Amino acid sequence: MYQELQRAPHTPSGLFTRAQNIPFAASRQQTPNRLPYAGMPSGDVMQVVNLTNSPDKTFMDRVMEESGQTISLCYQCGNCTASCPYTFGFDIPVSQVMRLLQTGQKETVLSSSSIWLCASCTSCTTRCPNNIDVAKVMDVLRHEARREGFVKERRVKAFFDSFLDSVRSHGRVFEMGLMVDYIRKTGRFWTDMELGPKMLPKGKLAFKPHNIQGRDAIARIFERFEKEGS
Amino acid sequence: MTKHTYSYYPGCSGQGTSMEYERSTRAVCEAVGINLDEIPDWSCCGSTPAHTVDHTLSAALSGRNLGLAAKQGHDCVLTPCPSCLTNLKTAGKHMAESETFKEKVNRLLDEPLETIPDTKSVLQVLFEDLGPDALAKKVARPLKGLKVVTYYGCILTRPPGLMDFDSEENPISMDKLMQAAGAEVLQFPLKTECCGASHGVARRDLVMRLSGKLLDMADSLGADAVVTACPLCQMNLDLRQGQVNSANNASYRLPIFYYTQLLGWALGLPDASLGLDKLCVDPRPALQSISANKEVA
Ligand code: SF4
Ligand code: SF4
Repeated sequence: MYQELQRAPHTPSGLFTRAQNIPFAASRQQTPNRLPYAGMPSGDVMQVVNLTNSPDKTFMDRVMEESGQTISLCYQCGNCTASCPYTFGFDIPVSQVMRLLQTGQKETVLSSSSIWLCASCTSCTTRCPNNIDVAKVMDVLRHEARREGFVKERRVKAFFDSFLDSVRSHGRVFEMGLMVDYIRKTGRFWTDMELGPKMLPKGKLAFKPHNIQGRDAIARIFERFEKEGS
Repeated sequence: MTKHTYSYYPGCSGQGTSMEYERSTRAVCEAVGINLDEIPDWSCCGSTPAHTVDHTLSAALSGRNLGLAAKQGHDCVLTPCPSCLTNLKTAGKHMAESETFKEKVNRLLDEPLETIPDTKSVLQVLFEDLGPDALAKKVARPLKGLKVVTYYGCILTRPPGLMDFDSEENPISMDKLMQAAGAEVLQFPLKTECCGASHGVARRDLVMRLSGKLLDMADSLGADAVVTACPLCQMNLDLRQGQVNSANNASYRLPIFYYTQLLGWALGLPDASLGLDKLCVDPRPALQSISANKEVA
């Protein structure tokens, strides 16, 4: 099977590639031994990974240490991928992320969309037969991606950053300010404009932040975090 | 049930987008004798964004609140919001299990955390302290004939090792409370599926698909309404229902209640204390059908 994967027609010179835009049926023909993963919608793209490609052997150990999860226990049952509500939108299904970690494919994992689209819903964690907190692993991968400057889903990261900036300034999140900041960060027009008229008359969107008394204490948490790292 | 006082952590969305959850939670708790003592000057738990950046930072943002709560002297903190609950619980559990982690968190805080109070959802306390039987006795306006599906969202009971409440695959606490209030609860197979969470802003397409699936299932089961316990779920299903309709070429008109609103209504609490007018999809037709059923009966 491994030999066949290596010889798959859309795998040039043993490098990791994504078989872009190859419909499911077609890719199944090309890589007959790759079974579709559970929950995979038809028309999805397939991937071929050469596991011998310059692995970073320390990467899995680092992620294991940071997450406290024994990633080496994963035996690819696929429960996490079958349970994951976002499998349809992931470029690498979560069970494959686990396998890529085991084989040290750091860049592939950190440059994926999947780690940003994961919503921490904990379906994977709940259903992993080896009690791996897979959601926590995904979280740690986002930490790593930030550290190493990989951001496949810029808008998702911008939203998280705007949220935390808002907490840092006010102590509680200020929704209107968060949106303005997000629009500034992404250069996007507010695509949710039509929601304004639904919320405004109901008094749900405050125009002024609620500054708590201890907001300096919150700012200090962020400052110490930046100084200390973690 | 004896009167019990808890520390109360409302969460940021309760001050804005989920003000009706906040209002109805307080009203219901008061009506059934649960005292909520708001944590003075509480701050944001950091929600999802904080734990995607760093676990120590996230735990410190929650930890400040746990520290303030510990000073109040009650044995447990309650919150209505599943996302806040996850963060408070994760911080507490992780610090209790690891001295090293606790020290790291304490280095970020003005005041180091000594005792770590327990945290529960308001739902858990309504279900365990009050319970469906006692609730049924207090019902003044049964939700007779109202067909609902209960949607718990992904993290209210999961992962089980952290939440330690109800079932992770087929939770029933809200079902039981709704039945006690007189509603007909339909079997909903997507009780713990994800609604798209906080991706509404950055990747709305994901929410359209996931929330669309939930609305579609609820609608095809013949539900009159969806009952929720999470501000984010409620917002995706209610505020964004119009967007889901346009994106999926559908025409759902399902009111999305917070379970506390329906409990409050059944207890006979005044509309103003339940914030029913804050819902986007008009809940009046559904509630009127209850009154009509009552007259027939
Ligand atoms: S936590 Fe993330 S990876 Fe796991 S099932 Fe949920 S979305 Fe998928
Ligand atoms: S559920 Fe657990 S063991 Fe199975 S593939 Fe996912 S991580 Fe591996």
